Amino acid sequence: MSATEPVVVEQEKPPGPWLENWRHFAANRGALAGLAVIVVITVLALLAPWVAPHAPHEQFRDALLLPPAWSAGGDARFLLGTDDVGRDILSRLLFGARLSLLVGAIVVTLSLAVGITLGLIAGFFRGTVESLIMRLMDILLALPSLLLAIAIVAILGPSLANAMVAIAIVVLPHYVRLTRAAVIAETSKDYVIASEVAGAGLLRQMFVNVLPNCMAPLIVQATLGFSSAILDAAALGFLGLGAQPPTPEWGTMLADARQFIQRAWWVVTFPGVAILVTVLAFNLMGDGLRDALDPKLKR
Amino acid sequence: MLSFVLRRVGLLVPTFIGVTLIAFALIHLIPGDPIELLAGERGIDPARHAQLMREMGFDQPLWQQYLNYIGAALQGDLGRSIKTREPVLTEFFTLFPATIELSLCAMLFAVVIGLPVGILAAIRRGSVFDHTVMGVSLAGYSMPIFWWALLLILVFSVNLGWTPVSGRIAVAYFVEPVTGFMLIDTLLAGDTDAFASALHHLVLPSIVLGTIPLAVVARMTRSSMMEVIREDYIRVARAKGLSQTRVILVHALRNALIPVVTVIGLQIGTLLAGAILTETIFAWPGVGKWLVDSISRRDYPAVQGGILLVAAVVMLVNLLVDMLYGLINPRIRHAR
Repeated sequence: MSATEPVVVEQEKPPGPWLENWRHFAANRGALAGLAVIVVITVLALLAPWVAPHAPHEQFRDALLLPPAWSAGGDARFLLGTDDVGRDILSRLLFGARLSLLVGAIVVTLSLAVGITLGLIAGFFRGTVESLIMRLMDILLALPSLLLAIAIVAILGPSLANAMVAIAIVVLPHYVRLTRAAVIAETSKDYVIASEVAGAGLLRQMFVNVLPNCMAPLIVQATLGFSSAILDAAALGFLGLGAQPPTPEWGTMLADARQFIQRAWWVVTFPGVAILVTVLAFNLMGDGLRDALDPKLKR
Repeated sequence: MLSFVLRRVGLLVPTFIGVTLIAFALIHLIPGDPIELLAGERGIDPARHAQLMREMGFDQPLWQQYLNYIGAALQGDLGRSIKTREPVLTEFFTLFPATIELSLCAMLFAVVIGLPVGILAAIRRGSVFDHTVMGVSLAGYSMPIFWWALLLILVFSVNLGWTPVSGRIAVAYFVEPVTGFMLIDTLLAGDTDAFASALHHLVLPSIVLGTIPLAVVARMTRSSMMEVIREDYIRVARAKGLSQTRVILVHALRNALIPVVTVIGLQIGTLLAGAILTETIFAWPGVGKWLVDSISRRDYPAVQGGILLVAAVVMLVNLLVDMLYGLINPRIRHAR
């Protein structure tokens, strides 16, 4: 019956924090540039089937290893040139953007979901459960992330899906540690005790009361996690342990292109530029978010 | 100090057990059993299969197998590589100096450039130089190093012909391995040409591997230096009339270095992981390349042993860094 009450409370809440955070964020030109680049890449990735001049797997037998359109011998049909089997590099990059963003999104979602849950559990149930979870995370942290990802892929077998699972596992400790630390800081505050006295159940305490107040560091980590996921997936693809050819994944494209380094600089250059620009954009945005969301840096 | 060391070592034990569990699980989680793996594509007849399973202890319960594995591992027996039939431990330590040599040079590159650049950026905060350093280091931090390596090869090896494309030394030289470190071995042999060749081969891989640590060191030095410069004792030092150089290099740098040393230590793990990519690209005969090759030829004992050993090295280095940290920063030592 009283279910409408919280709604009323919600409406009265001023839109302040969002606007305030946005102002802080927008004051950082680098962060804005990062956001702009991410928006452009996302739009291009979503519209890839319509924007890309050719299909990613379409082979033009009359146009093998053509240089970019602006250089001598280039063809206006292939703006960034073609690879060794006559596929349009621009089109492959555009479709590759879909994969990279998908990898980032899935890895971040997976690691956030599992990491937040484990972190909440560790923060709420102290003692044995906590030390069990945290020691497990210490083990994951003891191994260099790429090495651990390689070990996991060695077990699961090389594919893009397995690479994503591996990367999500590798980055897990960061989310668990952040959530736990934030939860421990929050649970000693008055509002948590008040709602416990008011009869809030454990799940309500965890997910409705405490979690929203722990989100700031998690949002920053998630943004940075996007860039490291894209980078790691490309590295695994490059080592032949991620996406398999002929998938137009950026790292896999680079692995294919290695043998043509002496003859065709464009096959090697552009996929790397795509990775660098995307990763840089996410890092810029992450830095900006950290500055905007960290109360210590606000003043 | 002793209790600090003991506490840190004590924390390592559960972590190390966990790493052995991962390495142990590796061989049991991959599809097919170890004997089928050893037999390869040819297959093996069931009777011989059962006999081998018994001989190698694979018929025992898992916990028993794990204990056997740990027992053997602690005595340095990590099994034999399927490809070379060599003990994994021997193979690892033959290749390890190459990785250390490369990692040290990469770290040297990162510190020699990163420290002064970070200090200068902190002193000239807000200047064009500062902004450039921050921008470039963020780009370096975002760099896909496998691509960076290809790009450098393209420019310096293919186009300019300044540096070799791959390997540790030109094939014309044969140097008797004594320490395993090519730079030292060539000097021991008194062959300066070979030394020059080895140095030549180290340049590009070191730059590539050192790029991310360089970015991290520069950023860390800058932010730590900026914090220290604001302290009262720096103002006092300036008020005493000390020169800018002395204030920065003697008074500020010492304290600013504490977090930088930690970061450098923590970068070792990143270096070893980065070495996997760098060594693969430059055909550098170290443990990183060996590990990737082992995975691609499904040499699981080698993969298993390699992962365990690399993890052990990283943990050991982190322990050393922690102790060094305690040594240079007494506050840590006494905190609980």
